[in-house]
Amino acid sequence: MDKNISFTLKVWRQNGPKEKGHFDTFQMKDIPGDTSFLEMLDILNEQLIEEGKEPIVFDHDCREGICGMCSLYINGHPHGPATGATTCQIYMRRFKDGDVITVEPWRSAGFPVIKDLMVDRSAYDKIMQAGGFISIRTGAPQDANAILIPKPVADEAMDAASCIGCGACVAACKNGSAMLFVSAKVSQLNLLPQGKPEALRRAKAMLSKMDELGFGNCTNTRACEAECPKCVSISNIARLNRDFIKAKLKD
Amino acid sequence: MWLSNSSIGRKVVMSVTGIALVLFLTFHMAMNCVALFSGEAYNMVCEFLGANWYALVATLALAALFVIHIIYAFWLTMQNRAARGSERYAVNARPKNVEWASQNMLVLGIIVILGLALHFANFWYKMQFAEIIGNPMMGGLHAADGYGYIMQTFSNPVLFVLYIVWLAALWFHLTHGFWSAMQTLGWNNTIWINRWKCVSNVYSTIIVLGFALVAVVFFVKNLC
Repeated sequence: MDKNISFTLKVWRQNGPKEKGHFDTFQMKDIPGDTSFLEMLDILNEQLIEEGKEPIVFDHDCREGICGMCSLYINGHPHGPATGATTCQIYMRRFKDGDVITVEPWRSAGFPVIKDLMVDRSAYDKIMQAGGFISIRTGAPQDANAILIPKPVADEAMDAASCIGCGACVAACKNGSAMLFVSAKVSQLNLLPQGKPEALRRAKAMLSKMDELGFGNCTNTRACEAECPKCVSISNIARLNRDFIKAKLKD
Repeated sequence: MWLSNSSIGRKVVMSVTGIALVLFLTFHMAMNCVALFSGEAYNMVCEFLGANWYALVATLALAALFVIHIIYAFWLTMQNRAARGSERYAVNARPKNVEWASQNMLVLGIIVILGLALHFANFWYKMQFAEIIGNPMMGGLHAADGYGYIMQTFSNPVLFVLYIVWLAALWFHLTHGFWSAMQTLGWNNTIWINRWKCVSNVYSTIIVLGFALVAVVFFVKNLC
């Protein structure tokens, strides 16, 4: 059994995108160590509702680390102190008795705050709509061996595809750049034969959409890959750069 | 034009100018090291460059590289700050694999420019500039007497310390800049990143040590 801990929680409260935000402080008492971070917020929200106060708004859905809905910038790290895990996979046993835990929303011009800790990440959908798909008819499913793909290439594409689009890369980046997300989404298609025919067009379209939506310029600090809950590598960014430069030199 | 209106294009400009400047530093360092062996040989190098037409053309090209690199640096930084949004995080933590230099390239760059201004006042103004305006004795010594000017500059301990600080900032700037340029140009993957980082560290160290060695040797020569 994990021990129970008590700690101070500082949570960002903001009524709307244009409102001024502030921190609210809560004293949390006797929270079991095997409570997940989001469950801890649920406990707090129940208390707030019982007291007749406004509960804290935060994004969540599957609570098993695959949907990419949960966010939260906890003590200076997107998705909290663990590596390779989302906020919903963090348990309170990671924190110590008497800690001060600061919870902030993703802060980026590309992700405006909707309310409290919830931000609008529809910019990522717009980037996907710009080229994150295959538009040629691929016909009925073929035999598994009809298109041969070397194992290392398939693995790389799969690693890129593990991106859940949560936005932690933008939250971690001092430049608010979405390059890790865009490069992962470009790579998961550009590496495979089905995605190759449109590879250069895709790189151009998704990158210019990213620029247009006001994300920053990547300066290779590698904060994104360190904080990514799926450990997506910046080698994808190099591939996107390569494809984009190739496309522009061809034009 | 994709080199100015796309984020990768702007970074390509930073990378290409940056790599060109690294090459320039390599030549500059190699020429400085001549002064360690022979003052006469070094002054011959100074004579050879001076205000000859090819040296002037090269100087202009070099100045253009610097100006483009600096303008793009400020431009990118302004865009990046805007992209960060108006609210800043209350708590910040730097992940383990993030180099300090990578997050402070603009500050390091500004230190490098300030050092460059000092360097221009100490050397360029009295050497190439003196020759251009046709007054070779303007700095007190002959314009092509580079050896004399090195001796004169490093007789001042304050200048010596400032040059060392300048070189330290340059080292941090280069260790990130070199591999980062390769990443931006797309020549990178999970294997090459470690190779490039190693090459960056070794190469920056060689360049900065080369410069620092000249400063130290001449500072000590002045003491003796």
